[in-house]
Amino acid sequence: MNTAVHVDHVTKRYGEVVAVDGVSLDVANGEIFGFIGPDGAGKTTLFRMLVTLLVPDAGTATVLGDDVVRDMWKLRRRVGYMPGRFSLYPDLSVAENLDFFASVFGTTVKKEYDRIAPIYTQIEPFNDRRAGALSGGMKQKLALCCALVHKPDILFLDEPTTGVDAVSRREFWDLLGRLKGEALTIVVSTPYMDEADRCDRVALMQGGKVLAIDTPSALTASFDRPLVAVTTAKRYEALKVLREIVPAESAYPFGESLHVVGASGGSVEQLASDLSSRLSAKGIDDAKVEPANPTIEDLFIARMSAAT
Amino acid sequence: MSDLAIEAKDLTRTFGSFMAVDHITFDVKPGEVFGFLGANGAGKTTAIRILTGLLRPSSGSAKVAGFDVATQSESIKQVIGYMSQKFSLYDDLTVRENIELYGGIYEIPKDKLEERVERILDRLSLGHAGGESVRSIPLGWKQKLALSVALLHEPKVVFLDEPTGGVDPIVRRQFWELIYEAAHGGTTVLVTTHYMDEAEYCDRISIMVSGKIAAYGSPTELKRDAGVKSVDELFVRLARAS
Repeated sequence: MNTAVHVDHVTKRYGEVVAVDGVSLDVANGEIFGFIGPDGAGKTTLFRMLVTLLVPDAGTATVLGDDVVRDMWKLRRRVGYMPGRFSLYPDLSVAENLDFFASVFGTTVKKEYDRIAPIYTQIEPFNDRRAGALSGGMKQKLALCCALVHKPDILFLDEPTTGVDAVSRREFWDLLGRLKGEALTIVVSTPYMDEADRCDRVALMQGGKVLAIDTPSALTASFDRPLVAVTTAKRYEALKVLREIVPAESAYPFGESLHVVGASGGSVEQLASDLSSRLSAKGIDDAKVEPANPTIEDLFIARMSAAT
Repeated sequence: MSDLAIEAKDLTRTFGSFMAVDHITFDVKPGEVFGFLGANGAGKTTAIRILTGLLRPSSGSAKVAGFDVATQSESIKQVIGYMSQKFSLYDDLTVRENIELYGGIYEIPKDKLEERVERILDRLSLGHAGGESVRSIPLGWKQKLALSVALLHEPKVVFLDEPTGGVDPIVRRQFWELIYEAAHGGTTVLVTTHYMDEAEYCDRISIMVSGKIAAYGSPTELKRDAGVKSVDELFVRLARAS
């Protein structure tokens, strides 16, 4: 079977709030699949249902062919889960935490050493340190080891890189890339849009719903409106002027420049020359207006605006 | 008196034998948006604690809005604003009560405060939610409200510590617009972030590595000089070299 995760119209409510709203999708075996979205998008709730910690209100889901409700006990042995909040024992040492998680699954660190070695060797020098006293990046690596120690066939990592600095984030993604080859499916969530490129496919999530699913390159290619970048020293004034010309959601700060999205069907050259003359007429005479390549964030913003 | 918003000279702070901040020298101009970057543990938080008057330097000097951090920390607290992702507002109070509470702490006269409360609610399109508890409003509104509250007493310098964590890309941009608006009005903004693309929203940035400033300038200059495409690339290169 080629499908690692099958989600079919799954919904979960907390009182009035619909945390996950009729989500359907498939994850293929051996993929790195990313859920990308802000806090409150429903990523954590969906993960908790897929690792059998929550029961869906409606819809069904299977992981590795096992139903997440009916086959819960069988599935738990095959799934590795790293929750978003650091959930190891802060008073136990690195080695003690790892021994504990191995023993719960009836195995030992020694037996599984090869599997966890790529990550474990980086924290092994700190074996006797209390987990609570580790740096953010180290905690993350220990948590990943603990999620891997029973040799799961699929890993669910809930926001493993949130609040971690750019260097540790990059190292973590490099590690995931190395783990991936070994017939291990990796499902990971993140609020950082720039991490989409590290995934084979991604689902963009917002307000409990999936806005889009595809490979990162197909997603950016699906952006079907003209997009330009406006660069000027008078960024704030330029934004004010642009707001008079285009709808508010179509002009926004983007790194060193401002991005402006034109009407669908329009040409990017026309948009650029229109904006150039309007800006200079309003005294923004240093503005450089150039066609820009859409990023995942541009697409996310466009789909979000279209959905509301 | 210096006309710089922040001016640090050889600023140093040690904890025992550990040098958390190691002779840093930099300045921030009035109305500038300055990105203060660094890996976890690089010394950013210690430096910010010194600049906000919460921690005394071991040696070197720094002035914030013209006041010396070592001898005039109480004056500094009057003229700065501070917002962090972790602590900002009281969940149990309403939107309006949160703004009024801070107005009281900063002793803003009643008539002025009323006007500013209305201005904030109007600017954030939160007029309908003034009476709702902060707990019940979406994260994005909270973050924007927290920034507005940090700016309530019209500080000369505002410190924003990872202000945009977890918010969606639209809110993140609305937030940056508020930052630009404040800077345009003359407030100096010092911001820390783990989003390296956000560094590119700043007029100038510094990157701290092991207590020292390893890069300092405008994002465009720094990228050009290092021959890299993004601040992220530069950041990783500097942090790995340490």
